[in-house]
Amino acid sequence: MTAKAIQFTVDGIAVAATAGQSLIEACDDAGIYIPRLCHHPDLTPSGNCRVCTCTVNGRQSAACVTPAAHGMVVENDTPRLTDDRRTIIEMLFVEGIHPCPYCVASGDCELQALGYRLGMTAPTEAYLWPRRKLDATHPDITLDHDRCILCSRCIRASRMEDGKTVFGFEGRGIAMRLNVDAQGGLGETQMAAIDKAASVCPVACIVIKRDSYRVPNGERRFDKAPIGSDIEARRRPSGSGGHRS
Amino acid sequence: MTEIQASLGARKIVIDPVTRVEGHGKVTIRLNEAGEVEQARFHIVEFRGFERFIQGRMFDEVPVIVQRLCGICPVSHHLCAGKAMDVVAGVDQVTPTADKMRRLMHYGQVLQSNALNFFHLASPDLLLGFDAPVATRNIVGVIEAFPEVGKWGIFIRKFGQQVIAATGGRRIHPRLCVPGGVNQNLTVDHRDALRKDIGQIIAWCGLALELHKSFVHAHQELHATFASFPSSYMSLVGADKRMELYDGTLRALHADGSTIFEDVKAADYRDYMIEEVRSWSYMKFPHIRSLGRDNGWYRVGPLAQVNACAFIDTPLAEAARKDFMALGHGGLVHATLGYHWARMIVMIHCAEVIERLLYDDDLQGTDLVVTGKRRPEGVAVIEAPRGTLLHHYTVDDNGQVTSANLIVSTTNNNEAMNRSVTKVAKDYLTGREITEGLLNHVEVAIRAYDPCLSCATHALGDMPLIVTLEDADGAIVATRVKE
Repeated sequence: MTAKAIQFTVDGIAVAATAGQSLIEACDDAGIYIPRLCHHPDLTPSGNCRVCTCTVNGRQSAACVTPAAHGMVVENDTPRLTDDRRTIIEMLFVEGIHPCPYCVASGDCELQALGYRLGMTAPTEAYLWPRRKLDATHPDITLDHDRCILCSRCIRASRMEDGKTVFGFEGRGIAMRLNVDAQGGLGETQMAAIDKAASVCPVACIVIKRDSYRVPNGERRFDKAPIGSDIEARRRPSGSGGHRS
Repeated sequence: MTEIQASLGARKIVIDPVTRVEGHGKVTIRLNEAGEVEQARFHIVEFRGFERFIQGRMFDEVPVIVQRLCGICPVSHHLCAGKAMDVVAGVDQVTPTADKMRRLMHYGQVLQSNALNFFHLASPDLLLGFDAPVATRNIVGVIEAFPEVGKWGIFIRKFGQQVIAATGGRRIHPRLCVPGGVNQNLTVDHRDALRKDIGQIIAWCGLALELHKSFVHAHQELHATFASFPSSYMSLVGADKRMELYDGTLRALHADGSTIFEDVKAADYRDYMIEEVRSWSYMKFPHIRSLGRDNGWYRVGPLAQVNACAFIDTPLAEAARKDFMALGHGGLVHATLGYHWARMIVMIHCAEVIERLLYDDDLQGTDLVVTGKRRPEGVAVIEAPRGTLLHHYTVDDNGQVTSANLIVSTTNNNEAMNRSVTKVAKDYLTGREITEGLLNHVEVAIRAYDPCLSCATHALGDMPLIVTLEDADGAIVATRVKE
């Protein structure tokens, strides 16, 4: 198939994709934002947060692990999908501890930004109040397990980009936790502040020490524009980026 | 008002909640069978817990976390914790830009908070009368009766909040301090906007002071005696004992004006002060170690700030200070209602300092943060609107907080507020039919201190709420425990 030979629609908008692109990649190129948390453009997709779930030909499918296919009909921005995504975000909020008012990532946090974008006003589920420890053993990095949303970005970055195996999951289901490959904590691993794994965390689980609060209110990433605005800015009213059919 | 009829003819009067103060507190007054006041206590019934739940957090998070203690004085906690974390970060001197940005924010905070207390909370009592109808004894009633005064209050407070927003990104819970400095300078746009209004703010502060003085001159006996007693005072002072609200050394004076201690650095506070826990309040009772539990209590806040300093280095406030100190005939001023006059002097001083800073080019500097070698402990003191505020932290090698102790302004005034409540109760309630207006006298005494009850109770532990009903002999009639 030639470049951009794959044609499909998302909420009635015509989108062109190249072979091998996922649905979320094609939509990013077309300037259509599909909410996501575990997906990162530099990392192999894992499909484990399910926030990017769309309706593809009438079936629910995670956009980050769904190959773009010719002729498929995709629903993305619908009230039901927004409700589903908001519910996922609400569950993530209560499963960990996410004190936005004073969190170091506030204003730069993708979970918080999605909460705003999806209209979350307050969690509807009961707080689980986990009692996890903050690992500050590394001289340059803190690992705050209370903030972890199990997106696996750090695991994938450490293995595929950094060539290390610093992070991994332990346990299953509700007991699943992020762990490091040293009993003495992150400080005993090969982790370095310049690692890719140190820069891909969507929340405040992995934070570079001494950088906290250096960006003033009003200047933080999501103070200026809602999450996804950068992707939506790529879309033009007409042209190759996509148009309503 | 709730009135409980106990056995044996004794009565316990409960004012719950005390209104027009920051937070939730209550007063209990125990009357004997003859209707005489036996005991009066000011209870703080809020509970916060910050000293405990910041343990384990990273030290650079603390200035942002602890300011959530309160929505009225977050800036004071933010800056005090910021100063303490400078020490932890190994920084003894921040850059001129950082120092002046913090000062600008602080003086904006003290200005707006003092305006809130005087205009919104206290002026209904002073302008409309202690026993004016309760339906109109509020800021709306003041605006209706004295539109200009209401305008001054609203716009002075608004200006102070704009200073906070210009320095910290928002009016409540701003973010400016990072260990060793600040995260931004003052933009020229913000500076110019504030310069445009500061002259009017200073003028309004002066007019408000003159208005208050006319109240004092019309009620000289009341002003001198209401809820009043001689006491010691403690405040920060700067070089040459000038008024200093942001950074200085502690000075404490006996009631006769003689020195208890001075030139005390924040880090040495435990050599001079000690805290006591009493079973009936969540608030601790700090006192001066050398004077002991019974005599070591003192007052802080605007009255102490004015009493403890030798002079004020801004002209209008200094003139106002000299005028005020004449009330003491060469000694200290002990009038509890004098807190309001002193508060106006501090407001004028804040406005003058803000004006001075707005013409200082250091605020547009770009050297914001310095670094140092980490230390395991940090202590800092600041003069918050309600008085001396102390933060003390210990931090482990990883940078995690291992302990925290906060002695907040309202806590320092704990004993004094209880004494004022008792004095007013005995002076005004004994042998009289208890009316709402008379009970408001008790609240007037509390409002003079401008207590912030959210800030004052921040300890965590097993502290069940116990309500005890006592008869005239102090015997327990009934007890309820809420775990």
